[in-house]
Formats: sequence, C-alpha cells, structure tokens
Amino acid sequence: MLRKYHLSVQLSLILVSLFFVIPFYFMVCTSFKTQAECYVYPITWLPEHFNLRGYRDIFGMIPFGRYFLNTSYITVLNVIGVVCCCPLAAYSFARLKWRGRDPLFFVTLAVMMIPYQVIMVPIFMIFSKLKLVGTFWPLIIPQYFGVPFYIFLLRQFFKGLPKDLEDSARIDGCSEFRIFLKIYLPICKPAVLTIMIFQMLSSWNDFNGPLIYLQRSEMYTLQLGLQQFKTAHLTYWPPMMAAAVLISLPIILVFFIAQKRFIEGITFTGIKG
Amino acid sequence: MNAQPSMVSKKAPRKVFFAANHPIYGWLFALPWLIGLTVFYIYPLCSSIVYSFTSFNGIVAGRFVGGRNYADLMADETFWIAVKNTFVFAAMAVPASLIFGILVAVLLNAKIRGRGVYRVIALIPTLVPVVAVSIIWQWLLNSQFGLVNYLLYRVGLPGPPWFGSELWAKPSILLIVIWTIGANILTYLAGLQDIPESYYEAAAIDGAGARHKFFRITLPLLSPIILYNTIMGIIGALQQFTLAFVITNGQGTPANSMMFYAMYLYKNAFTYFKMGTANAMAWMMFVVVMALTVFVFTVSKKWVHYMGE
Repeated sequence: MLRKYHLSVQLSLILVSLFFVIPFYFMVCTSFKTQAECYVYPITWLPEHFNLRGYRDIFGMIPFGRYFLNTSYITVLNVIGVVCCCPLAAYSFARLKWRGRDPLFFVTLAVMMIPYQVIMVPIFMIFSKLKLVGTFWPLIIPQYFGVPFYIFLLRQFFKGLPKDLEDSARIDGCSEFRIFLKIYLPICKPAVLTIMIFQMLSSWNDFNGPLIYLQRSEMYTLQLGLQQFKTAHLTYWPPMMAAAVLISLPIILVFFIAQKRFIEGITFTGIKG
Repeated sequence: MNAQPSMVSKKAPRKVFFAANHPIYGWLFALPWLIGLTVFYIYPLCSSIVYSFTSFNGIVAGRFVGGRNYADLMADETFWIAVKNTFVFAAMAVPASLIFGILVAVLLNAKIRGRGVYRVIALIPTLVPVVAVSIIWQWLLNSQFGLVNYLLYRVGLPGPPWFGSELWAKPSILLIVIWTIGANILTYLAGLQDIPESYYEAAAIDGAGARHKFFRITLPLLSPIILYNTIMGIIGALQQFTLAFVITNGQGTPANSMMFYAMYLYKNAFTYFKMGTANAMAWMMFVVVMALTVFVFTVSKKWVHYMGE
C-alpha cells in the first residue's frame, strides 16, 4: 500500500518536473541548433552539432553588449538605491519613537495596494516636466526614495531585535545614526541581502519601465531589446533562444549563489522578483 | 570668569545636536521615504483622479471635461472587450494557479527521494525573464513546428492553433502563467512544513484516510496562505500586461482576444496620448481591485483558519 503510494507520487513528480524542465531545456537546446534544424519534423531532442552560430548572430542582429551594459547599469544603481533608503526608513518605523510614526507606517502599507497603472501616468508627467524622459533617471531615481514593500519587510526584521543593544550604546554616547549603522544594520544583513536580490531581479526583468521611458534604441535594456528579434527577425529561432539563455543566465547564477536566501525570500513574500 | 567658557563648551554640543532618542531622528531617518511616499505615491494617486476628469494629452494642459472620459469609455467597444478579456482570464488563472500550486506543493512535500532536486526544478521557470519566457513559449506553441502540437500529434490528438485563434489565445497565456508558478508553490510548501506531523498521526489513529487528511487538516491549515495567494493572484491577473504585450507586439491580436485591460490602458496613455482616458481606466481598475480585495477578505472569515485558534 505504502509502496504503491510512493510510486504514484514519484511518477506524478516526474511528470510535473518534465512540464517545468522541458520548455527550459528546449530554450537551451534550440540555441545550439541551426536555423534549418528548428523546422525539422519529427522534432529533434538534441542539436545535430553543437552550433554556436546562434550566439554569434545575436551580436550582429542587435547591439546586445550595449543593452547588457545599460541593463547592468540600471540594475546596479537600483540595488544601491534600495540599500540607501529602505533600511533607514524601516529602522525608523521599527525602533525610533516619533509622532505620526504609526499612521505613516499604515499609509506605507496601504500604498502597496495601488496598482502600478494608477500612478504610471502622473509619475511619467513628473519626469516629463523634469525633461528626464528618454534618460535612465526615471528608472533609477524612485528607488532612492524607498520601496514600500522592502520597508515593510525590513521593519519586520528590525522589530524582532532586542532593545538592550541600543540602550547600552546610547549610554556609551553613541549617536543614533551610529547605533543604526554599526549595531542594527549588520545584524540585518540577511534581510538586506534579500531585498537586494529582489531588486536585482525586478530591475533586470523590468519591461514596463523601460518601455515607457526609454525612447532611443541604443538606450534599450535587454528586456526591451529582445523585442526587436520579433519584428524584423521573427523566424530566426537559434539567436532568439540564445538571447533568451543569455538574459536568464545572470539570474540563474545569482540563484545558485544565493539559493538559500532566495528561497527564504520567496517563501516569505510569495512574489516573483 | 575662567570657569565659564569651559562650561559653555561642555554644554554647547548638547544644544546643537539633539539628545539621543529625540523624535527628530525618527523623522530624519524616514525622510527620504516620506519624500518618496509623497512624490511617487500620494501625489500621483491624487493627480491621477484629477487627470481622469480632463482632456489632458500629455503635452497641452487639458481642460476639465467632467465625466466625459468615463462616459466615452462606457461607449467604447474595445474597452468592454478588454474588461471581458481580463475578467475571463482572471477567472481561469486564479483557480488554476491555486489548484495546481497546492497539488504540486503537496507532492513536493512528500517524503520522497530526490525532493530537493524536484523543488529546484519547480523554481527554474521562475528564474527566466518574462521576455525570454514568451520567446520559449512562442516556439513551443507554434502551431506548425512547435513541440506541444508535435507531442499532441504523436498521441493522435489535433493540435489547437494556440496564439493564432481567439478561442485558444487566453488558454495559451494561462499555460505560460502556470509554468512560472514556482514562487507560488514555494509559499504553499512553507505553509505545509508548518503543519505539525502530530496532527496527521492523530488523524491516522482515528482512521482518517488520505483524502480526509487533505481536506480536514491540510487545506484548513493552509488557508491563510491560500487567502494571500488568492488576493495576489487576483491583483496580478487583473494587471496582466507583459506576456500578452510581448507576444502580440502590443497589438492584442488575434481579434483583440489578448487585449487586456492594462494593455489598453497603456495604449490609451502612450500610443493615443489620451492621458485623461488612461487615468479614468486606472481609477476604475483601482476601485475594482480594492472592492475585490475587501470582498475576498470578508468572505475569507468563513474559510480561513489560523493555527492555534
């Protein structure tokens, strides 16, 4: 009875895993095929020869290196921005006493409910008035002023820390900023790392933001640049798949480096990026 | 006389800098975010409702047009198509992700060899950026040489035209959404691991079967996470944009069957430059999202159980 149960679970898991893995496998596999092989029937499960042409062709079809640098630039600056602002605000909400703190934290939670579409046009107009549409700045500046979700997440961590630490530091004459920077922030490193990973993912994957703000094609990010395969080069599957592999690679690398943190982060929040 | 200056210099720093624990530090620390909250959330929220009553086109300041944007939308055929598409899609995507997510999580929670590997496998699609996901699935679901139809052909089934037909376009998107469900599964898995083993043992002693255990123990104790994922799922489905936009090149084809609400809103704002109309759409969306969330919360009191209650 028990063995039969185990067998059926094992079989279901294999089936489900195939569903998750096969599309991914074909992304990698097709990127090594030749154009002609993509149309071969019956479908081949392995490329005839490992062919790197797809990878070479990307660079000729779109300025891939340029897009890679643009995306990296935005991502790095965003991650720095998130680290600058969010822990400070979260610490303030969690551990400092000031009038209006609790109502303002409630507002912080409430604004997480606002769909992006509601604030999209007004924020666009702000950057338009500042003459920053068409630059990278609209994709960077907001992160330096905090992301409500990360503030909420970090606040939970700061809330759980003992009070004795700050009291003794204050008696020793430590300034409030030093207490935050030297005592509490280091303890919260795992949480800060989690929000950094999240921001990295969401900046790297962002499609909507670049679509609205970036106008000249040499400023495109990878997510936007990949769109170009679809209009002019619709039928060139190997380079398209190769490009898909290359834009997934950094994230997969981060996943394997920070696997534990990444999984903890997702379980805690249940969101993708 | 001599003692005086030294006393001043001792006291002076206290007057210049605020004492430890002074409320000013709370404000100072939160200041960047308070600016961000005002500039990037509160102000846009308010100005978006103002825009929705004007004929603003993004360049020339609009004049007040009353409820005309709203009235125009009510008379706009595409608007209603987008509304219908979005609700139909949400009605498919929310229950499908719920059921599939829980089932896979339960499987992954079974004490079975290699489950660590299976868990990583379920997460892999979550790691692939949306644009890459759309590229992969456009090939898989290609009606002539894609893998899915090839497999269907091998088992003797006719392959549907997927993205090529009005009927199959939304199920195609649904399939992709289900493929990238890994993050969702992980939250259920975390919930499952919090259920004490002793509950199942006690139930087994009382003679409960597997089905009984699932419906009487697993589901009720998972209900807070189900609630959370339902709300996030509704919000996410109503905002469906990138997949459909990338796959249809922003056209919503075929025959507007992939014209989702968020996409039509985007087009109104940045293709037709009808910022007023776009904001009217945004506000209606906001109201619907709020109403649905409140509704789900209210109903949830009947079926959500918190452990220890």
